[in-house]
Amino acid sequence: MNLLEVNHLKKYYATHKAVDDISFVIPKGSIFGLLGPNGAGKTTLLRMITGIFYPDEGDITFNGRPFNPEHDIHQIGYMPEEKGLYKKMKVGEQALYLAQLKGLSEKEAREKVKHWFAKLDMNNWWNKKVEELSKGMQQKVQFIATILHDPALLILDEPFSGLDPLNANLIKQEIFDLSRNGTTIIFSTHRMEQVEEICDRIMLVNKGTKLLDGEVREIKQAFKQDLFRIGLGVIPNFAQVATHHFSIVQQDERGYTVKLSEDSSTNDILQHFIRHDIPITHFEEVLPTINEIFITQVQKTALYE
Amino acid sequence: MNKIWLIIKREFLTRVRKKSFLVLTLLIPIFIAGVTIIPIIIAVKGEDHKRIAVIDESKLFTGQLSDSRGLYFKPLAEVSIDTFKRKYSEYGYSGVLYIPDIDVNRPSGIEYYSKGQASIMLESNLNRQVNDVIEKKRMELAGIDKDKLEEVRSDIKVDFRSGEDDRKGSSAVAYAVGYASGFIIYIILMVFGMSVMRGVMEEKMNRIAEVIISSVKPFQLMMGKIVGIAGVGLLQFLIWGVLIISLQMLIPLFVSADSMQAASQGAAIAQNGGNAAMAEAIEKMNYVVGSINWWLIISCFVFYFLGGYLFYSALFAAIGSLVNEDPHDAQSLTFPVTLPIIIGIMIMISAVQNPTSPLAVWGSIIPFTSPMVMMARLPYGIPGTVEYWELGLSMLLLIAGFLITTWVAGKIYRTGILMYGKKTTWKEAMKWVVKKG
Repeated sequence: MNLLEVNHLKKYYATHKAVDDISFVIPKGSIFGLLGPNGAGKTTLLRMITGIFYPDEGDITFNGRPFNPEHDIHQIGYMPEEKGLYKKMKVGEQALYLAQLKGLSEKEAREKVKHWFAKLDMNNWWNKKVEELSKGMQQKVQFIATILHDPALLILDEPFSGLDPLNANLIKQEIFDLSRNGTTIIFSTHRMEQVEEICDRIMLVNKGTKLLDGEVREIKQAFKQDLFRIGLGVIPNFAQVATHHFSIVQQDERGYTVKLSEDSSTNDILQHFIRHDIPITHFEEVLPTINEIFITQVQKTALYE
Repeated sequence: MNKIWLIIKREFLTRVRKKSFLVLTLLIPIFIAGVTIIPIIIAVKGEDHKRIAVIDESKLFTGQLSDSRGLYFKPLAEVSIDTFKRKYSEYGYSGVLYIPDIDVNRPSGIEYYSKGQASIMLESNLNRQVNDVIEKKRMELAGIDKDKLEEVRSDIKVDFRSGEDDRKGSSAVAYAVGYASGFIIYIILMVFGMSVMRGVMEEKMNRIAEVIISSVKPFQLMMGKIVGIAGVGLLQFLIWGVLIISLQMLIPLFVSADSMQAASQGAAIAQNGGNAAMAEAIEKMNYVVGSINWWLIISCFVFYFLGGYLFYSALFAAIGSLVNEDPHDAQSLTFPVTLPIIIGIMIMISAVQNPTSPLAVWGSIIPFTSPMVMMARLPYGIPGTVEYWELGLSMLLLIAGFLITTWVAGKIYRTGILMYGKKTTWKEAMKWVVKKG
């Protein structure tokens, strides 16, 4: 079942089309990566999903029903890219305040805040003012404030920016935990290595339009370029690798990255080396990274301009 | 509704809990009380037990200078002013009044010596007494009977009555009350308006606005702030009211009961010079308290304070939402909003002198200026100076006005608070208002 279905969403500004007819679905419990270069319309899209903006056209279905910001807002946690907290307010009070704005009672909010502060080892921060905390610490507070009300949909816009590796890992683990417990997560970023590590599904947007979406595995399959990595015990001489079955894309002292020819199969490659009696240490398919797909796709759309 | 209450609470508590709130709230009434009380204390206590030596070479003043409370004249004979003016204090005098052998028709060279500058009270007392003596002497020489003259001299004050109940009143009182309340409203609009604007700017620059707006509507956030700050203002006024009233009840403790009584019997002891002015002031105060419809003034003040504040603070919130990064942007954006307030205070100053001029009447009806101008006119009386329809229309228009400004500001705010990057102009902002949705 899909937690979120977005149909033909449009948001036009006076000077440009921020979101131009985008449709996608997010299955319940998945981690959905929203990718795109700066100014692609990600933030506008997220603001419509969080009920901050009304779409000019199109509709959003949340949990099987038409999205009703007034009501559904309590089930959404949104951490914007630009993190913001009241600088002069105490950390504990601030978390309580933000949780109550999400509809928790004061008692519930207090319990939740205490639980999370204990979990992330922040108990002695309660009475500190936000301005006394480091940027990374503030971000942890912000993350907690976003998830206090157990949202069904968690939207994180660049959640790791400014975090040191230790804290980034801590937050990452929490994201996985939440996902395991059924929270659906939208993860907006342009850091591709994180996308491959964290996301089940992605959508790539550029200039307000969707370039592609789907499961990470499928997308990688769809964009594979028949590249294979073959590890060799002995590097053969040039004559030994002259064949119509593959061409060499890259070479180093341990082996080759090769591109399979159209009418050949992977076994043709292996047979070729076996025939020349070159010991094979390993053989695997090389799938494109999301980063590569991202760059080629964005460049391709840029060419059409 | 519950959420807007949370926002109001936060806005209110964060401001009220600040140390500066407490300090300002306590210091201002102490300052006001100080300004009122200290002159009274000085007036009453300042001249205690002044003994003045009189060296009268003209012999005109013998037995003519009358002592008053705290001021005693001691004629000295056979003393030279040149030596005595350096050592009068050794004999326990606070000063020396020297009258040379003068010609009554061309008196000159009357001098008073003291260590420090003589008080204004003493100065006027001495001047008056010396002139009285000289006048009396001249009348004698001219053959005028002083007692006869006193009999024919007239000292009548016209009673000014107004309204259907013929209430006594004085335009000086109305002027003072009108001016003060108009001016206070002006200060409120500026100070609290700016406070709203800074609050919005802070939220926008901190980027917390986006977090909060994913929980509540922008309009709720804006109204929560406006109402929360209004609460701070009301609390401040309440504290000040209580403090000022209780401090003024404490005046008798600072000033001895005796002198207060003496002062309040001002007319009776008017002859005593120094206290006369003060007694008159106190009598006037009593007169003032009686001549003004305080309930009307206070309830209208609260209405125009809240109405004017709501009218303008929404616009200030809109400005705050338009500012980007550079706080200096705020200055050029505030101009169109502060301009009508400044025009208002200018009309107010004119209205308080001439409360029925067309400028004053229309200024008190149009909501841009009415909070200040109407408060300047009201102490002159209703009905009479201000007609009922004028007050009613003014109030209605102010309510309609703040509904409109809040609506307009809400539209601007909603877009502005999430706009980053370039500075937005009023022209662009007004397009957001017209745009539907």
